[in-house]
Amino acid sequence: MPLAVARDVRSVTGVDAETLRSMYRHMLRARLLDERCWVLNRQGRAPFWISGMGHEAIQVGAAMHLRSGVDWVAPYYRDLALTLVLGMTPKDHLLSALGRADDPNAGARQMPAHFGCRRLNIVSTGSSVATQLLHGAGVALASKMRGEDAVTLTSVGEGATSEGDFHEALNFAATRRLPVVFLVENNGYAISVPADKQMATPDVADRAAGYGIPGVVVDGGDPVQCHLRCGQAVARARRGEGPTLIEAKVVRLTSHSSDDDQRRYRTAESLEEERQRDCVLLFAQRLDDLGVLSAVDAKVMRAELQAEIDQATLEAEQAPEPDPESALDHVVHDGAGELDLTGFAAAPER
Amino acid sequence: MPVRTYVDAIREAMREEMRRDRRVMVFGEDVGAKGGVFGVTEGLQKEFGEWRVMDAPLAESCIVGVSVGAALNGMRPIAEIQFQDFILPAVDQIISEAAKMRYRSAGDWNVPMVIRAPFGGGVHGALYHSQSLEAMFCHVPGLKVVVPSTPHDAKGLLVAAIRDPDPVLYFEHKKAYRSIRGEVPEGDYTVPLGTARLAREGEDIALFTYGLMVHTALEAAQRLERDGFSVEVVDLRCLRPLDRGAIVRSARRCGKVLVAQEANLAVSVASEVSAIVAEECFEYLDAPVMRIGGPEVPAMPFARPLEDFYLVGTDKLEAKLRQLARY
Repeated sequence: MPLAVARDVRSVTGVDAETLRSMYRHMLRARLLDERCWVLNRQGRAPFWISGMGHEAIQVGAAMHLRSGVDWVAPYYRDLALTLVLGMTPKDHLLSALGRADDPNAGARQMPAHFGCRRLNIVSTGSSVATQLLHGAGVALASKMRGEDAVTLTSVGEGATSEGDFHEALNFAATRRLPVVFLVENNGYAISVPADKQMATPDVADRAAGYGIPGVVVDGGDPVQCHLRCGQAVARARRGEGPTLIEAKVVRLTSHSSDDDQRRYRTAESLEEERQRDCVLLFAQRLDDLGVLSAVDAKVMRAELQAEIDQATLEAEQAPEPDPESALDHVVHDGAGELDLTGFAAAPER
Repeated sequence: MPVRTYVDAIREAMREEMRRDRRVMVFGEDVGAKGGVFGVTEGLQKEFGEWRVMDAPLAESCIVGVSVGAALNGMRPIAEIQFQDFILPAVDQIISEAAKMRYRSAGDWNVPMVIRAPFGGGVHGALYHSQSLEAMFCHVPGLKVVVPSTPHDAKGLLVAAIRDPDPVLYFEHKKAYRSIRGEVPEGDYTVPLGTARLAREGEDIALFTYGLMVHTALEAAQRLERDGFSVEVVDLRCLRPLDRGAIVRSARRCGKVLVAQEANLAVSVASEVSAIVAEECFEYLDAPVMRIGGPEVPAMPFARPLEDFYLVGTDKLEAKLRQLARY
């Protein structure tokens, strides 16, 4: 591509062409992996899947500003794309989906999409929603106490913003001006309950005012806007100016999980309308229009990524399942400080 | 060896560990300028500053959840819950998060954290400042539960809990804070988690208990001694893991077993100790295992006669021991 085009892209969008291509690649990679996991589920090879389709733009836009293994994330179950940008691989998540021993998230102990990787500072996630926001605040507290410039990003769906932990985390992080970004991925549904039955305000971001921090609404269908707004929030946190609440309006292109059927509670029209707002498709069109990535180049990219995921699927399927008895491992530390259960600490002999 | 109160021993453990290890911090309601509602953290903020001894918002899930996060990022938090009665909003963070972090990540992550909370009654605290809720945490793999009865153990167990790489619940009997005194060694020592303490040797009855009840048990044992009955008192002091070996050994030697606790009995520590004895000591027993504890009411009521009725005092414990001795 001519340099002039690239310069022009930056002046038009605020983001350079190379970054835009990289973002698209990350989004597409997550999408293809997500689709593969659905197929494995529908084929009966993966017992469960929960999807991030429709959330890719905001996750990639946010993750691009984080230094993998230096900054921290406390994610939630739709953050597949986020973890991939930070360095996890399709194979990592396929090992999890198929319940294989080498799953780095959880050693095949947790359901898929319960992310975690210490090497990459991705905090392990359970299934209780919103608890991770307090972990994010605590991680950021430790960074601040040590005088480090690490930023923590912690994310949540809009459904879990009804939980008490959401309030407790924002209130505490704001009070102590912690270097944390709270990201709400608002797809409009808590499983089957629409947002207007969850809260009386149209924007979760409005609540930021109650904590004395900035609240920002972002179009989660626009990767460029996601990238720019997240960059501002991360920079603010890194400067020591405290937390930001970002609310990305996203679409949920799939049912809540592989055990749900959203046709039971959403109209065909609304589902079709959301499909028109698919951030991956829209971004591909936009990059073509901008002259950043032609349809032909996008096709080549897709083929490369599909090949990677095919290979990863093959390897994950061939990987061993966990040894049944390993279910007993890792309850508590079993090395130094091992408990002596033989008798009294200083028992008299008799 | 210097004699100290229970509360001073707890504070000394925290102060010495904070001096030794910059990762150790205290996070809880009123722990700063006030030094906690019981004065346990008195003077610590002055020495270690506002961040390492941090006043928390009035939000228990926040206290524990933030501590979990700080622990994941290299700190060694001591979370203080003002009264054990108010730990319930934090139970999701304790049981779903702290207790499962190591297991659910197959050892990738761990949570080195202590949660301190005063428990127990006899101070007119009524329903919401008197409870003994330890059993609900003893049920949970991934947690350790500690209840010291003496100043010596209060310090040694707290130091061990702070250095432990996993979450430890450390419950302090609030009536013991200033009523129990004892010798406390200067400087660094630990009492290993998971070990019981032989508080009194005896031949006829093995009495298992913990917390302030250990002192009640020693008084009651003294009374039986005058009539020629010899009661062995075992201070369990760590309720999860229980010191199975110590329980079995004393039960087999004495042949009669009483388990005493302040909490009500259903599905409790006393239930678990009784089950261990039933499984491991059946052929050695001369009497059924007996238990004594609080009545099956929701919590301890306020007025003196009601509170006295709830509590297992020395008289009630003595009567129960005599019943078992006669069997």
